[in-house]
Amino acid sequence: MVQEFCRWLGDTAWSVGLRESIWIYPIVETAHVLGLALFAGLAVMLDLRLIGLAFRGVPVTQFFARVAPWMWAGFTIMVISGALLFSSDPVRLQGNVFFAVKLLLIALAGLNAAVFHVTTYRDVAAWDVAAAPPPRARLAGLLSLTLWAGIISLGKLIAYARS
Amino acid sequence: MLQFAQWCNNSRLAEAIRDSPWIFPTLEIVHLLGLAVLGGTILIVDLRLLGFGLKQLSSAQLAAQVSPWTRAALAAMLTSGALMFTSEAIDCYNSLPFRVKMVLLLAAATFMFTVRQRVIRGGTCTSGSWIERLTGMTSLGLWTGVAAAGRTIAFW
Repeated sequence: MVQEFCRWLGDTAWSVGLRESIWIYPIVETAHVLGLALFAGLAVMLDLRLIGLAFRGVPVTQFFARVAPWMWAGFTIMVISGALLFSSDPVRLQGNVFFAVKLLLIALAGLNAAVFHVTTYRDVAAWDVAAAPPPRARLAGLLSLTLWAGIISLGKLIAYARS
Repeated sequence: MLQFAQWCNNSRLAEAIRDSPWIFPTLEIVHLLGLAVLGGTILIVDLRLLGFGLKQLSSAQLAAQVSPWTRAALAAMLTSGALMFTSEAIDCYNSLPFRVKMVLLLAAATFMFTVRQRVIRGGTCTSGSWIERLTGMTSLGLWTGVAAAGRTIAFW
């Protein structure tokens, strides 16, 4: 199923055009890297606030409210440029172990964020101004940091896979 | 310059990096992780200068919070970048995007530690003066240029 889809996608004029383009592919990759600085950079700041290592004086809710729109903008850039990069060479990426693990870690990072939001973040009022948030929040921050570091590393390693 | 590049390229260190299958990828990963942290800390202050984001803090307070992280990330990027350069110094010497990146990097870093630092220190909580906005825009533009030129090195 997945293989067939990738083979079909890889044969489309869109995919071939992207793969063989001189300018578009590098531009998309540059957008992916700039999006990374925007999204991951701000995510790291947020995680550090949750862990209690930075911005101790800023209420967590305010930090979220102010930084989130920019993070979402960065995330959107990453998803769109990432999808374009994938569509340029789906057959090769589909067999790439680093790419597969990267997707898995992205799913886990999403899960971690979702769980945090529906559990720990619900009673944020109790620790909004705390310099060091409760252990559950710090754990979520630490998990997020670790997962994103892994995702970024795997993204770089995709270029090194033999397949 | 060329002699320096040749000397780097022929050094034992360069040879060791080239001979290892994992040192260069590791340096690239450190460089990329550094980029995320550096990008985030610079961005959060530049956005504040532009009048977005964490407005309840002054630019100066914000900068004080992030500066240890900015410095650590910059150190990681410079170290990993210098080692990568050493291992392919002659290729870098001949690369136009690499040269552009070095000029932009010098400009961005100089701007950060001179003009930007002064503007931040003089910043007020309400702010949003054109000097602050111009400083934020210049900083964002220069660093974006550094990252884009860096990415282009691989394609040249």
